[in-house]
Amino acid sequence: MEIDLSKPILDLNERLAEQNRALLDEHGVFVLDLMASPGAGKTSTILATIGALRDRYRIAVIEGDIASKVDAEKVKAHGIPAVQINTGGACHLESDMIKRAIDALPLDELDLIIIENVGNLVCPTDFYLGENAKVMILSVPEGHDKPYKYPGIFQISEAIILNKVDTMPVFDFNEEEFTAEVHTLNPKAPIFRIAATKGEGVAEWAEWLAARIEAAKVAVAEKKAAGAAE
Amino acid sequence: MHEMGITQSILSASFDAAKDAGATRITEIRISVGEMTETVDFALQFAFEALTPDTMAEGATLVITKVPARSRCLECHLEYAHDRYQMLCPTCGSMAVELLQGRELKIDSIEADDGEDDTEDGAAKTGAETPDDDSEATKE
Repeated sequence: MEIDLSKPILDLNERLAEQNRALLDEHGVFVLDLMASPGAGKTSTILATIGALRDRYRIAVIEGDIASKVDAEKVKAHGIPAVQINTGGACHLESDMIKRAIDALPLDELDLIIIENVGNLVCPTDFYLGENAKVMILSVPEGHDKPYKYPGIFQISEAIILNKVDTMPVFDFNEEEFTAEVHTLNPKAPIFRIAATKGEGVAEWAEWLAARIEAAKVAVAEKKAAGAAE
Repeated sequence: MHEMGITQSILSASFDAAKDAGATRITEIRISVGEMTETVDFALQFAFEALTPDTMAEGATLVITKVPARSRCLECHLEYAHDRYQMLCPTCGSMAVELLQGRELKIDSIEADDGEDDTEDGAAKTGAETPDDDSEATKE
């Protein structure tokens, strides 16, 4: 007999992600899923972003790594709450892991959670976690040809951060080609050129994120108003 | 290599659906995979072969239908097919485009039976006798 299922393969992940989304909306918390390969500067970018936005928003970080607490400790050293998820080998985060992490955070005292996904340009792409936005970082030493090698992550990202721009003279990075590739893959995505550890370009990226957070607040308020009117 | 987890999800949903329908064996699982996902057919098949032995889907076939990418231009309203590298509107060159399909990861249907016969369409059979006693032995 043929049994019709017609449902998403990642149904459970998506349903848990929707639950995460609903819980976070209820508490007015914006979630950014930050993806990049290992060594692209995810933690440095997070620390720079915290520096730029901590006066405006109450921030926490969820750190995803195969193993170790190194990144969570780095973030906590800046007085920011951080939860470390160790996937124990899994190459990406899934929404049940995020659920456990947000349960450990004081949501009423937060405006923004930054998720540092596992260093990987492939697998995190296919998993919705309940975030408001996915953003990726590519660092200059990785090379300008990465958009064509890893198209999926460039396409799912709302914005692209190009990190370590201060090293451009050392590496043979063709920025014109990179920009053209990104725009072909994902025409709408802005590219932010930063050097996270030097602070260069961070303000512009942080402004984009702040505008995105404000827009999400308006959308949640409108949804609540519409729900209350029913 | 997230195909192992994806395949586990496929199997878990398929087992539930088959059991709910009173079936004991799954012979085929049909899924749709969008061209714009990061999911690789080969890796899915590999994971499927690794995860199905000693389950009700032992020996089953995984049929993958690829869903081609299609987008719509928000400026000239053209709908067009494209590969995963070229999303720009092919007529007006606009960057304001939205993806209509190509990110699917979906289980469509499964073929299941009670393990008593090897008839292709068990549902069509209404009490008809099938002298097919060696069916068990022919199954791998």
